[in-house]
Amino acid sequence: MDVFERIFGRSSSSASVAKKRLQVILTQDRTDISLETLNVLKDEIVSAISRHIEIEAANVEVTISNDAEGYRLTANIPVVSTRTVRVRTAGARAPRRT
Amino acid sequence: MAGQVITITSGKGGVGKTTATANIGVALARRGQRVACVDADIGLRNLDVVMGLENRIVYDLVDVVEGNAKLRQALIKDKRLPELHLLPAAQTRLKSAVNEAQMQEVCGELKKEFDFVLVDSPAGIESGFKTSVAPADQVLLVVTPEVSSVRDADRVIGLIEAYEKPTPQLIINRLRPALIRRGDMLDTADVLEILAVELIGIVPEDERIISSTNKGQPVALEDHSESGAAFMRIAQRLMGEQVPFQMFAESPGWLERVSKFLRR
Repeated sequence: MDVFERIFGRSSSSASVAKKRLQVILTQDRTDISLETLNVLKDEIVSAISRHIEIEAANVEVTISNDAEGYRLTANIPVVSTRTVRVRTAGARAPRRT
Repeated sequence: MAGQVITITSGKGGVGKTTATANIGVALARRGQRVACVDADIGLRNLDVVMGLENRIVYDLVDVVEGNAKLRQALIKDKRLPELHLLPAAQTRLKSAVNEAQMQEVCGELKKEFDFVLVDSPAGIESGFKTSVAPADQVLLVVTPEVSSVRDADRVIGLIEAYEKPTPQLIINRLRPALIRRGDMLDTADVLEILAVELIGIVPEDERIISSTNKGQPVALEDHSESGAAFMRIAQRLMGEQVPFQMFAESPGWLERVSKFLRR
């Protein structure tokens, strides 16, 4: 087993599993942001961006992590098309046509 | 010059706070420092037993706070090391018997006479913890390289910051080199990376701790154990000496990873 791990690195060792688990646990412990809040945030980000560009709403990921520089809220948003979506909601500025 | 109050604490219980307090006290006294160890774990006193002074208790911390005894009367002088003293906890009282202001007053008095006042904090984050951290000029956080201990340590770091106390320095206790080499224990660099605090000592797991506690003779009283030597190095660092960290076992690349945290 020792030789096996030496060849393939520590990635499968229980120590590295412990480290990864701790990183996830502590990120949650350190912030008051629950999974629920992150989901609400995701829905609002999706709806805000969808008003302007076309995105794959189902594949949007919103995560919170922390590194040496502090906490980071990351949104991974796959874009379908960069063409601007026509805004048709009330109150939005309509393109003027004369 | 006034001494300094150092509180030794942890998130999880049973990680070696009391053993660390006793041994750092012994190590400092062996280097000629005047030391008072204060057992702040009221109701669950143990520092007296670990130090082997349980038969000499007359008065305790609560007696001092309530005015039944003078501080000088309650302090037990260790016959093995003339510079080492213990202020024991009360065994039959509750944590609430001593409040923050009283703890600060007692430690403030002790600081006038001793170079180091070591406060052995109770486990957990209830009122006793806050009381024992209140007088601290410096906090040492004991952690073992295990998921539960590291998680609880992280919580304590947050609390100590919230109390506007100096960021704790870490003692990684009960490190098992063979397990680290096998990839079955978090190593020093892992723990430092996760907790992002400064390191003050690494103490390897040592069976001698059990027999030394059985006998009431802290390992740091003598020179032949690895754990005793590790506590001695912590004492030297507390005295401001630069002592290199001994790495007991690390995965490849540990030097760069650890030095990243030590350089700061």
